[in-house]
Amino acid sequence: MATHKITVTVNGAAREADVESRLLLVHLLRESFRLTGTHIGCDTTHCGACTVLLDGQPVKSCTVLAVQADGREVSTVEGLERDGKLHPVQEGFWEKHGLQCGYCTPGMLMTSCALLSRTKEPSEQDIREAISGNLCRCTGYVNIIQAIQYAAAKLRER
Amino acid sequence: MEPKTSAQICGMGHSMKRKEDPRFIRGRGNYVDDIQLPGMLHMDIVRSPFAHAKIKSINTDKAMKVPGVLAVITGETLAKYNLHWMPTLMSDTQMVLPTEKVMYQAQEVAAVIATDRYTAADGVEAVEVDYDPLPVVVDPFKALQPGAPVLRTDKKDKKDNRVFHWEAGDRAATDQAFAQADVVVKQDMYIPRIHVASIETCGCVADFDRVTGKLTVYMTTQAPHAIRTVFALVAGHVGLSEEKIRIVSPDIGGGFGGKVPIYPGYVIAVAASVVIGKPVKWVEDRMENLQADSFARDYHIHAELAAKKDGTMTALKIKTVADHGYTDAAANPSKFPAGLFSICTGSYDLKRAFAEVDGVYTNKPPGGIAYRCSFRVTEAAHCIERITDVLAQELKMDPAELRMKNFIPKEKFPYKSALGWEYDSGDYPAALQKAMDKIGYAELRKEQVEKRARGELMGIGISSFTEIVGAGPSKQFDILGIKMFDSAEIRVHPTGKAIARFGTKSQGQGHETTYAQIVAEELGIPAAHVQVEEGDTDTAPYGLGTYASRSTPTAGAAGAMAARKIREKAKKIAAHLLECSEDDLVWEPGKFSVKGSPQRSKTIQDIALAAYTNHPQGMEAGLEATSYYDPPNLTFPFGSYICVVDIDRGTGMVKIRRFVAVDDCGNIINPMIVDGQIHGGLAMGMAPALLEEISYDEDGNVQGGSFMDYLVPTSMETPAWELDKTVTPSPHHPFGAKGVGESATVGAPPAIANAVVDALAHLGVRHVDIPITPEKVWNILKEKGVAE
Repeated sequence: MATHKITVTVNGAAREADVESRLLLVHLLRESFRLTGTHIGCDTTHCGACTVLLDGQPVKSCTVLAVQADGREVSTVEGLERDGKLHPVQEGFWEKHGLQCGYCTPGMLMTSCALLSRTKEPSEQDIREAISGNLCRCTGYVNIIQAIQYAAAKLRER
Repeated sequence: MEPKTSAQICGMGHSMKRKEDPRFIRGRGNYVDDIQLPGMLHMDIVRSPFAHAKIKSINTDKAMKVPGVLAVITGETLAKYNLHWMPTLMSDTQMVLPTEKVMYQAQEVAAVIATDRYTAADGVEAVEVDYDPLPVVVDPFKALQPGAPVLRTDKKDKKDNRVFHWEAGDRAATDQAFAQADVVVKQDMYIPRIHVASIETCGCVADFDRVTGKLTVYMTTQAPHAIRTVFALVAGHVGLSEEKIRIVSPDIGGGFGGKVPIYPGYVIAVAASVVIGKPVKWVEDRMENLQADSFARDYHIHAELAAKKDGTMTALKIKTVADHGYTDAAANPSKFPAGLFSICTGSYDLKRAFAEVDGVYTNKPPGGIAYRCSFRVTEAAHCIERITDVLAQELKMDPAELRMKNFIPKEKFPYKSALGWEYDSGDYPAALQKAMDKIGYAELRKEQVEKRARGELMGIGISSFTEIVGAGPSKQFDILGIKMFDSAEIRVHPTGKAIARFGTKSQGQGHETTYAQIVAEELGIPAAHVQVEEGDTDTAPYGLGTYASRSTPTAGAAGAMAARKIREKAKKIAAHLLECSEDDLVWEPGKFSVKGSPQRSKTIQDIALAAYTNHPQGMEAGLEATSYYDPPNLTFPFGSYICVVDIDRGTGMVKIRRFVAVDDCGNIINPMIVDGQIHGGLAMGMAPALLEEISYDEDGNVQGGSFMDYLVPTSMETPAWELDKTVTPSPHHPFGAKGVGESATVGAPPAIANAVVDALAHLGVRHVDIPITPEKVWNILKEKGVAE
C-alpha cells in the first residue's frame, strides 16, 4: 500500500510520519504519536470520543484520514494544559463533576474549547447544540453543561 | 446530614472533588486500548452474516497470504485444546468459536491475528466461510411451541427451547385472592432488548510470558477476580494455573453490566497469546459491541393486579417469557435464573403474589445481563409501576392517591414481602409527597384539565420504585459457587497516610474518592491521603466486582469494617502511649483522648508512627487490616419520580417538560457523586423509555446494530433533571448506606411511560410499550383521530 510522508503540527510541535493512505487520524495520534487521550468509541462519527481540533475546527478524527491533516494543525486534549495550568474547560469539568468514566471527556473538552473560542457567552441551548455530537453515557449531560458554563465565565474574566 | 468530619479530613457527607479526575481531564487515563506492549499483535474477528446456519467450510488460505497475517484461529483450532466451548456464568455453555453451526447474526466464526489492526481487518475480509442456512427462530413464543426447531442440538437430551422455568410465591393463595377481588386488571407489556453501549467498547490485551508461564490480561472487566478464577477453571487443563494468571482491569470507560460476562473475543485473544507467545490486543468496534455483546432485558410480561373497590391492592400475578438468545449467558447470582425479578411487588403492601418466568432459547446473541440495574429489577419495577397506573385508570383514581393508599407503611419495616424479601427500611409516602410538593402536583393536574379542554396533550407520570441491591448474603448469593462477599484491605503507613485496596472495580462511579472518604470517616486520615486501588488481581483482595449497585453495600462496608479493626488496634496503641486504660479513651475522627482530660490525646498519625516505632511489647508491629464483608441482607433503595410530558400532535414527539426525582439511598458518602449517579441513571432510564431498542427481523437480522439506528440519548433530548432526596439509613449496613448507581435507571422508565399514557388516557389508551417513539405515538394519535 502506498505510503505518504506527512507533517502535522500537533499541539504546537511539528511531527513527521510515513503513513498508509488509509490510516485514520485517530490512529496516527494514538498509535504513531502515542497521544492516547483521544479515544475511539464508534468508528462511525456518531459518538465524538475522538474529537480533536483541526485548524481550530472540531473534527471526529475517526473519519479523517491522517493524510488530510498534512500541513495542518491538530489540537488534542494533551495540549490543553499550559505551563502547569489547567485550561478553564478542564477546571470546569473537574469542578462541576462533568465526567465519570472519563472516556468521552477528551472529546467533550475539545468540542467545548471550539464552542468557547467562537462564543463568549453561550446560552444553555448553544451548549446543548455544540455537544450534541458527543455522546456521554455516564453523566446525563447536566453537569457537562454546567462545566462549560463555568469555563465560559472563567474565560470571560481573563 | 451534616458531615461529622472537617473539610480537611473530608469523610462522609462532603462533596469532595474527584481524585481520579486530574488524569482524565488531561487525557492521561489508561484504558485497555491505550496499552501498547512491545511486539504486540492485533486480533480481529470474522462474524456470521446468518442468524442460524451450518458451517460447511472455512477457507483461510487467502487470509494467510495477506502480508502481516500470522494466524487464523477457528473452532477447529480451539477444539484441539478443548477450548471451543466455555461455560457461562449461569452454568450454561457458549461457543468460543463454532465447529458446526452459528446461532446468531454477528457470532464469532474465526479470528485473524496480524501485526497491526488494519492488516487484521484485511485478513478478516479474506477469510472465506461457506454457510448452509438453517431455519431461524426469532419469536420466543414460537420457540416454545411444540414442533419448533430445537436450537441447542449440542445438548444431547434437549428436546425443546426452554432454558428454565422459575417461580416464586404462593400460586394457590394468589389465585384465591384474585377470585375474591372486586377489580382485576390485566396488561401485557414488553420490555425490549437493549444494549448498555458504554462509550468504551470491550477488549483486552492478553500477554502470555513463555518463560515465566504467567498470563497477564488487561481487560475491560467489572469483575477481575471472578474472571481470574473462571480462566483458571476453564483453562486449567491446558496448564493455566490461578497463581500464574493476573487480570488487570485498568481505567474502564463505562460498564453498566456489559463488562461482567466473558466474551469469546477475550478467550480467543488469550489462546492466541499462549500459542504465539506474544501479546495480542483485541478491541471490538461499535457494531460488534452492539450486535454481539450481551444484551439486556427482552422480557415479555403478562401482569395481573387484583384490588378491592376502594383501591386496596390485594394480589399480583405475573407470567413472563424471557428471551435469552441462544444461551443463558446472564450474569445473575446462580440461584436466581430470573435475577431479582421477585422484587416485582415493589413499594406496595401486597399480601399475595405469584411470579413465574420461562427462559427461552432463540437465534439471537446471548445475554440477559443488566443495563445499569441489579438483576432484572428494572423489568420488575416497570411491571408493577405500569400495572398500578392501569389499576388507577380502571378505578378512575388519581395514581398518587392509589400509591399512597397501598404503600408499605413506614412502621412495618423491616418488611417481609409476599415473594420472600425482607425490605430493610423505607418511608415511601415521604418520598412521593416530597416529589409532589416539588413539582406542584395539584397545579399540574389543573393545568392538564385546561389543556385537555383545548385539545392539547399533556401527561403526568409517577413511579414510586423500590430496588433490591448489594448482592449479597452468602447463604443465598453466589456466582459459580463463589459467594458474593466483597473485600477491603487497608494499610496505614508510618507517617499516617494509607493505601486501601478493594475487590470491586470502578467504571466511572468514583471509588477512588468515595472509598477514601469512607476510610477518612472511620479513621480520621484525610481522604486526600488515602490512596485507593482496585482492579489488579495480583494486589487487590478477592472480590466479586462492581455491578448491581453492590460496591458501597459490600466493598464499602468492608472498608468501614477493616478501618474499624484498625481503630481497635489504634486504641490499644493509644492506651499504651497515654499510659491509661483503653476504657478511658474516647474517639473523635482522627484522635483518641482521655475521658475528662481532652488535652491528653494522640492523633491517628501519632498512633500510626508508634505502630512502627514504639508499639507495645507483645503486640505485632504495623497498622493494617483486611475485611471480607458478607452482608446480612440486601439493601432496598427507593424513590418517587414524577415526569411531565407534552406530546406534539403533529409529530408524535414526546417532550419531557419536567422530571423531578426524589431518591433515598440511605446515608450518603459524597453528595456530588450521588447526584451525578442519579443524573446519569435518569438519562439511561429515559433512553429505553423513548429511544433505544434492538430488534430483529424474521430472518434474525439485527435492527439497531449501529449508532445510526440505536439511539443513545444526546444532550438535545436529555432534560434538566430536578433532584431531591430523603434519607432513610439501612439499619444493617455499617454506615447506613444503600447504593445508588442504578436507582434512576430503574425508576425513570415507568415514570415516563406513565406520563405518556396519562396524556393519552382520555382517548382510551391504557398502555404503550417502550420505547415510546414518535412513530408509535403518531400511529396512536392517528387511530384516535387526533393527529394533526
